[in-house]
Amino acid sequence: MGKPFLDLLERLGYNFFTGVPCSLFTGVTRILDAEPRYGYLSAVREDSAMGIAAGAYFGGRQPVVFMQNSGFGVSINALVSLHQIYEIPALLVVSWRGQGGQDAPEHLVMGAVMEECLRLFQVPFAVFEPSTLERDLGGLTRTMRETRKPVALVVPKGMLQ
Amino acid sequence: MKRAATVDRVADALEPGWLVVACNGMIGRELYTQADAPTRFYMIGSMGLASSIGLGLALVQPSKTVVVFDGDGNVLMNMGTLGSVAAAGVTNFYHVVFDNAAHGSTGDQRTISDSVPLEEVARAAGYRRALRVKGSEGLDAALATFFVDPGPAMLLVEVERGNQPGIGRVEPEPPELTARFRSAAMKSG
Repeated sequence: MGKPFLDLLERLGYNFFTGVPCSLFTGVTRILDAEPRYGYLSAVREDSAMGIAAGAYFGGRQPVVFMQNSGFGVSINALVSLHQIYEIPALLVVSWRGQGGQDAPEHLVMGAVMEECLRLFQVPFAVFEPSTLERDLGGLTRTMRETRKPVALVVPKGMLQ
Repeated sequence: MKRAATVDRVADALEPGWLVVACNGMIGRELYTQADAPTRFYMIGSMGLASSIGLGLALVQPSKTVVVFDGDGNVLMNMGTLGSVAAAGVTNFYHVVFDNAAHGSTGDQRTISDSVPLEEVARAAGYRRALRVKGSEGLDAALATFFVDPGPAMLLVEVERGNQPGIGRVEPEPPELTARFRSAAMKSG
């Protein structure tokens, strides 16, 4: 599923990739790490990844930032005080650890408030669903271009591993 | 040296087409007030991320020189990025750090850069060059060669605490800063 997903991102015009890995999307990072043509930059923190993505946008690229939902917490100040106020579009691919309360303890709180958290910070999002992915991601990308602000694709367990 | 005058002196040493990313707080405001240009981006929030923004830009525009104007508080806040910059090996990346060992924008509360030499951290992380200067003669001598050799490189300039009166806020709205900087950054040549 990793390769078709990356192909879809490229078809939609995404051409810069950075982030911090999560076990829920190893199918993607395996390819990004192995194939230099993606120019994937493995960031040290999710807020730094957001900054790198902003710089890439200034240089003419359309960035994707991969992160675990724990890292979404780390990224929030960059999201609101950099991307949203400066109108810097980006697709955030955020894993959903702790979904349904079934996970390691450190993921349960963020897992439970994840969708609420995205709504609270006014980030339009869709949950990864293979049967409607192309349409959902197309819609999110249009929203991102119109608003020039970040949107998120939430990735549950089993979708991109 | 006073920080505002030092920021102006470094800005003076840059060529017109070079791209500058300035950190939040007084450093960005001093650059804006004294030497604004469309090639200069002022990060008003997201403390700690000026070097990340500069890194992303330097990666996708390898033929352009990218200069980050940073402060000790900013570098300390996201020190891991020094490693990212070094690992990426961006030869067009120049990091100028104005170090007063204080948070100048919130009332000069002390940071820890008086006991953590940031240029040594950068060197250990893998910057190609990193040097510390103090005083205007040292700064002038460093500026004569700093941007000639490839980066990633750090020039740490020791500056005095205190803010100069008359330094305003960054006036353009953030989306306007994005639009003009992006168009300058994407311009060919």
